[in-house]
Amino acid sequence: MALIRKNKHFRWLHKHLLGLRNLSAEEITHILDTAEGFEQISTRSVKKAPPLRGKVVVNLFFEDSTRTRNSFALAAGRLSADIIEFTKKASSVSKGETLLDTAKNLEAMGIDIVVIRHSAGGAATFLSRNIDACVVNAGDGYCEHPTQGLLDVYTIRKNRGTLEGLRIAIVGDIAHSRVARSDMWAMTKLGAEVIFVGPPTLMPPQVNRLPVSVSYSLDDVIEKVDVINMLRIQFERLGGNPFPSIREYSHYFGLTVERMKRAKPDIIVMHPGPINRGLEMESEVADGPNSVILDQVRNGLAVRMAVLFLVNQAAALDQQAKKKTDKKALRKPDLLDSD
Amino acid sequence: MQSLLIKHGRVIDPANGIDRKCDILIVDGKIAEIGTSAESADTVIDASDKLVTPGLIDIHVHLREPGDEEEETIASGSAAAVAGGFTSVVCMPNTNPPIENETDVEYIHRKGRQARKTHVYTMGAITKGRQGVELAEMGFMAEAGAVGFTDDGGGIQDPAVMLRALKYAAMFDVVIAQHCQDNGFAGDGVMNAGYYSTILGLPGIDALAEQAMLWRDIQLIKKTNVRYHAQHISTAGSVDLIRAAKKESLPITCEVTPHHLLFTEERCADYDTNYKVNPPLRTEKDIEALKQAIGEGLVDALVTDHAPHLQSEKELEFLTAPFGIASLECALGLYVKALIEPRILDWPDLVRLMSEGPAKIIGIEKGTLGKGRQADVTVINPDAEYRIDVHRFHSKSRNCPYHGWTVKGKIEKTIVGGEVRFSAGD
Amino acid sequence: MKVILNSQQIDRILDDLAERIVTENPPDSDFAAIGILSRGEILAQRLSALLAKKLDRDIPCGTLDITLYRDDLNSPQTSNQPQVRITDIGFGIDERIIVLVDDVLYTGRSARAAMDALIDLGRPKAIRLAVLVERAGREFPIQADYAGYKVDAEPGKLVQVNLVESDGKDEVVVE
Repeated sequence: MALIRKNKHFRWLHKHLLGLRNLSAEEITHILDTAEGFEQISTRSVKKAPPLRGKVVVNLFFEDSTRTRNSFALAAGRLSADIIEFTKKASSVSKGETLLDTAKNLEAMGIDIVVIRHSAGGAATFLSRNIDACVVNAGDGYCEHPTQGLLDVYTIRKNRGTLEGLRIAIVGDIAHSRVARSDMWAMTKLGAEVIFVGPPTLMPPQVNRLPVSVSYSLDDVIEKVDVINMLRIQFERLGGNPFPSIREYSHYFGLTVERMKRAKPDIIVMHPGPINRGLEMESEVADGPNSVILDQVRNGLAVRMAVLFLVNQAAALDQQAKKKTDKKALRKPDLLDSD
Repeated sequence: MQSLLIKHGRVIDPANGIDRKCDILIVDGKIAEIGTSAESADTVIDASDKLVTPGLIDIHVHLREPGDEEEETIASGSAAAVAGGFTSVVCMPNTNPPIENETDVEYIHRKGRQARKTHVYTMGAITKGRQGVELAEMGFMAEAGAVGFTDDGGGIQDPAVMLRALKYAAMFDVVIAQHCQDNGFAGDGVMNAGYYSTILGLPGIDALAEQAMLWRDIQLIKKTNVRYHAQHISTAGSVDLIRAAKKESLPITCEVTPHHLLFTEERCADYDTNYKVNPPLRTEKDIEALKQAIGEGLVDALVTDHAPHLQSEKELEFLTAPFGIASLECALGLYVKALIEPRILDWPDLVRLMSEGPAKIIGIEKGTLGKGRQADVTVINPDAEYRIDVHRFHSKSRNCPYHGWTVKGKIEKTIVGGEVRFSAGD
Repeated sequence: MKVILNSQQIDRILDDLAERIVTENPPDSDFAAIGILSRGEILAQRLSALLAKKLDRDIPCGTLDITLYRDDLNSPQTSNQPQVRITDIGFGIDERIIVLVDDVLYTGRSARAAMDALIDLGRPKAIRLAVLVERAGREFPIQADYAGYKVDAEPGKLVQVNLVESDGKDEVVVE
């Protein structure tokens, strides 16, 4: 039974979701609570609700990603929005059109929300400063991937009730991972302890100044953690040669059946997908009882619906406020209220 | 006979040890007399409460001509220079095509003369096309008047090539300047590698990139004893290397820009591309070390590294926007803020680092108010505050994070070869 | 602030509503009660318990969040934001007589939203709207099938239903 929420007056005021670093624990919790309300849309027979009816959502993806793109498209569709798909290869960017020009062109066609994935950190922030529409960051360089961070903590919360006091290991190429960063912000804000695990060559500069601890040994960490998130080794991103071979990486940092034997029996195993089976984890682990990987995908949909809904709400409030000030501005000076 | 009299000013000429109130008489474009008793002239400038200094010299500017004239031309750049109090500037050769033979050098000189604003000198590229492989015609360029050589924009990666360049340059009395950046360490970085690059998700340029190449070059100078100039140093580590090298009396000089004294990497937190520079903005520690070095007399010249860019170019994602700040016209005010106000330098020291110091590095007979010398003079109002307004820049470009700043140290007059080529209010 | 219904009156009204629902429908009707969040949910639970007693069989009960179906999402009328909550209906609504329960019927907009939400969940045999309090001021052509108490409050006034489970006591006030 749903409880009547005590704090009825929380307002979501951000018309953009650019990252989790600058959100408060309360704001993050609000998104998670909102997502709960969206879960059932995906399970009933009419998988649609009307809040974004008549709104246009653009998937502006400058990087390959069928999974996230589809998730956002489905989320937007379930809220009755219209979707435009814009992928790099199919666009004028290859002809040298700048990000700014691309966005302004789309805006001229009348759009409400832009979901952007781009290889440059800060691209979503840049966009939000230059167009009127809502901007949702679907991954910018290795800065943040906020909806992934949110669905990760949502999944953990669903499983354990709270993140307070949990120990969470994030394993892999931390240096180039926006998922690691978004996870770190969300998890630490919600009271969890985060450990980055990986070879020193894959740790970012001054990682010791982040609110996490660092370990170069998965074996040291595996027995102590309640949750383990295995990041995808992205070959396309690795410049140079941070580790000698796949063999050696998976030997030291792969989540094997052997390592699982030493883990807590109720450890939660996560992965943002898609999995390089045999590299980050063995198939038996990916498909095993501790894995919540498919839940993550499911929850991703609810979280993204919540995010699209909330930014749209904030934009509506914004519009409302604008109308009020516009009305004020239209008044003639000699009709000023006495003061 | 054209005469110009500058009266009642505080004349600061570090090269000749002058710092006193007196009058200067300029006749036919040359300094006729310092401490003149002349009462009148064809033009009289009242410099009461003002400083009268040798014309300021900036030995590191990018004027983008030939090739990128939409960003800046020698004409617009020289207009910006005199507005900033500079009577001489040295262009960097990373134009399109680069300055790599005597015709290119002569082209720059000619354009500079045509503009009739500031003296325009140029450095030549060390290697052909700035590719870092084959040496460019340093001999011919030197004969044509190039004041030094650099592949600025980047550094020479191959140590063997650098050694060869130094050995070759030993035949000519020239300075080899280096933009110290080891690309192996720098990678595709766009800001300082550190906490901020980590949370902003941007690739970083480690301090090692600058220090590794500087260290290497110092070893090479030991072998070749050619005059070497470290451009725009930005880290505490570089300061330490230079201190040690100077202790051993190696022929090394160095320069610093205003942004490396005024901003830390934290400025990039909003992804504002006005703060994207190379070398990147570093940390408080580095700023402290640079200021300490300047106070110690370790730094030989203050420059701007004036790097004009189109607004449309800077209006890109931080990752892809070009590096650079355009600050030729407000440089003095910035240095007053960074060095005079915190009492790291006094006016004579500051003037030395912007006149005599740079002139010595490139080996030109300027930077002083010696009798008989060409009359390049700057008149400065040291206490007048003004607001930096990019929209009033003479430069074509507006990529300047100092817009809106209130600074002291207003340029009243810039006199080049006896002609007033800039007056406050122009 | 004026109290217009106290605890006993509320109990009696709910019992009357349950009685009317039982007598005005065929005895073997497949009822289910669904309450509109927030207080409608509590009333639905009470109502389904009463119906269960009178009919001597279990009457399923569910909760409906209408936030996603509101007509003012894109033009918010106040600076308060509606919160998305959980719709929890653990049974099929197809072919059932759904007793849609709310605390106050006023403009009719909530009921309209609730009906659209229900249609997206299935095809009920019938929807009967049951409300504790009905007040004048309809903006949509909606009627209550079972209205407990009719109130004529001025437009600026708030008719507030307080219930033990959510607010500590049972009473209806006008403020």
